[in-house]
Amino acid sequence: MTYHIADENKIGPGALLRRTPGVTFILVGMIVLFTVGNPRFLSGANLTNVGLQASLLLMLALPMTLIILTAGLDLSVGALLGLCGVVIAALLVAGWSLPASIGAAMAVGLMVGAVNGFLIAHLGLPAFVVTLGTMGLCEGLSLVITNGDPIGNFTPALETFYRSTIVSVPVPVLASIGLYGLLWLVLYRTRFGNYVFAIGGNKDALHLAGINANLVHMGVYLLCSATVALSALLLLGRTNSAHPSVAVGMEFEAIAAVVLGGTSFEKGQGWLFGTVLGVLAISVLRNGLNVLSVQPALQVVCVGLLLIAALLIDRNRKRPSRGMA
Amino acid sequence: MTTMEAPALTSHPRQSLAPGTLAIIVRVGLIIGIGLMMASVSPGFVSADNFLNILRQASLLFLVASGLTLVIIGGGLDLSIGANLTLCACLAAAAIKSIGQPAAGIAVALGCGAVVGLANGVLINRVKIPAFLATFGMLWVAQGIAYWFMAGQVIYGFSPAFRFFGSGFWFGVPVPIWVMLVTGACGLIFLSRTTFGREVYIMGANEAAAVLSGIPVARHRVFLYVMSGLMAGLSALIYVARLNAAEPGIGEPLLLPAIAAVLVGGTSLSGGSGGLFGTLLGAIILTLIVNALNLLNVSASWHPFVTGTIVLLAMLADAVVNRGMRK
Repeated sequence: MTYHIADENKIGPGALLRRTPGVTFILVGMIVLFTVGNPRFLSGANLTNVGLQASLLLMLALPMTLIILTAGLDLSVGALLGLCGVVIAALLVAGWSLPASIGAAMAVGLMVGAVNGFLIAHLGLPAFVVTLGTMGLCEGLSLVITNGDPIGNFTPALETFYRSTIVSVPVPVLASIGLYGLLWLVLYRTRFGNYVFAIGGNKDALHLAGINANLVHMGVYLLCSATVALSALLLLGRTNSAHPSVAVGMEFEAIAAVVLGGTSFEKGQGWLFGTVLGVLAISVLRNGLNVLSVQPALQVVCVGLLLIAALLIDRNRKRPSRGMA
Repeated sequence: MTTMEAPALTSHPRQSLAPGTLAIIVRVGLIIGIGLMMASVSPGFVSADNFLNILRQASLLFLVASGLTLVIIGGGLDLSIGANLTLCACLAAAAIKSIGQPAAGIAVALGCGAVVGLANGVLINRVKIPAFLATFGMLWVAQGIAYWFMAGQVIYGFSPAFRFFGSGFWFGVPVPIWVMLVTGACGLIFLSRTTFGREVYIMGANEAAAVLSGIPVARHRVFLYVMSGLMAGLSALIYVARLNAAEPGIGEPLLLPAIAAVLVGGTSLSGGSGGLFGTLLGAIILTLIVNALNLLNVSASWHPFVTGTIVLLAMLADAVVNRGMRK
């Protein structure tokens, strides 16, 4: 029987309650509250809505979990999502075919991922400033391409794709479930996943064991950026127009979802399914606030407060003391 | 085994209180180099007006970046400065409009900046989450409150007495430059001539050692974040007075240039080294580049792209220099 680092993070039946991230209780509480407040919250139409909202965020937050497991961070995902959307829309308007435009967006995503990965993994530069820099690059490029104006009328195919369903489950939801399955296999059933956990714990030990840790580290950033490029299809299908600043702030929600799910920034400890719970908590909160017609600006404030609340709960549950720091 | 990288925990190779002489000569050389190049390409570059203009813009950038420099030297990070500036600007503008006194705006801006800084410091001390996460969350909270408060409106048109802070002159020199000189001098004295200032370097270089030597790290940290918030409030006043308007988009584009100014100025993100004079040089270099792009008729859309590139290049240079010194 081979040893897998992820086994240490497995949830046994006895430890389940103790190790469940605090967000689970917040999530259940919110669902009960919103259902009592408005019984239509649990209607099929509204649940579909929550699922659609959650799917795009999940596409960003799942690979972000891998990055945070390596004690890293990617602030460029929101700006990159906007840039890839702009690239696809601009090329479609210029007469390119859909697969060719997607390929171009994929190339842009891989390039940004390579820059992030090289500077962070090989040169050891701090992830948040590197990705803050690439965030500026991506926002700047979207501005340069669009001149600040949104692009519309590219193709109806993407909206049709976004709206379509298989056995009455929306395709975007299926896509994000598929991504979850894929990343679950990568993280818990491959050697690559083992190394991802190990990088967050002790990258030097991997080096000493003769493993090309830099390559694995870089691979995580490439994986994240490539997923972001594909997620641009969902974004375009949802908004039916490409605007440079449409996804600004989504990196915050993705990071918040991962942290809500109980993944730690420091020690290579985390739970992929926790991220799903975190995404659901944010989506349910936003949906509930929408129903109560709270402004989008204040919804962001509420997400920030939700994050702090969950961190406070987890701190008292799992981290009684952490030395003097 | 030369390819083995030293772990990130190794302290910064230079623990000097200010960027080394060489680093300063390199940066001054860079400024003169860009200046000479622009002088030969664009005839409008060499004029007292343009120089004062560059210095005035650099002084605004310096004010935003100076508080951030203190926080980074102390081993932290403040991503909320831009959003904090936005919130201070919007609240101060509303206060001036409703009360009619510039003094009300000044009190509100400084108070709001200090409160956001205090929240950052307490959050980092209490919740024990990484500084970038706490201040990144605060970024969205402050930005969200500003958008909600303004509800799509723009507040504009202030009295000449208030606008004097942004666009007035004193002895032929723009007021923001005077503000920069005074605050910069105070900051320099604080960092290099006081015990507190030296303790900030120590806690940035090695927090555990600072705690063991009896330095009240938690209290110092709150002070640094409050200073950063106060500088955001002060900058907000000058920005509003300069633009004669306040709207929720005002501070957002300033975060990246501010971080870039600190990095280009030679302050290391790992904490414990650097200084305000470097940040001043960094602010001047960045402003010079934007000024050059404008004079060369490059579209403003390119500015974020160029700033992002400069951030990455500055960090690359930092890494190369550090690696060279380690050998």
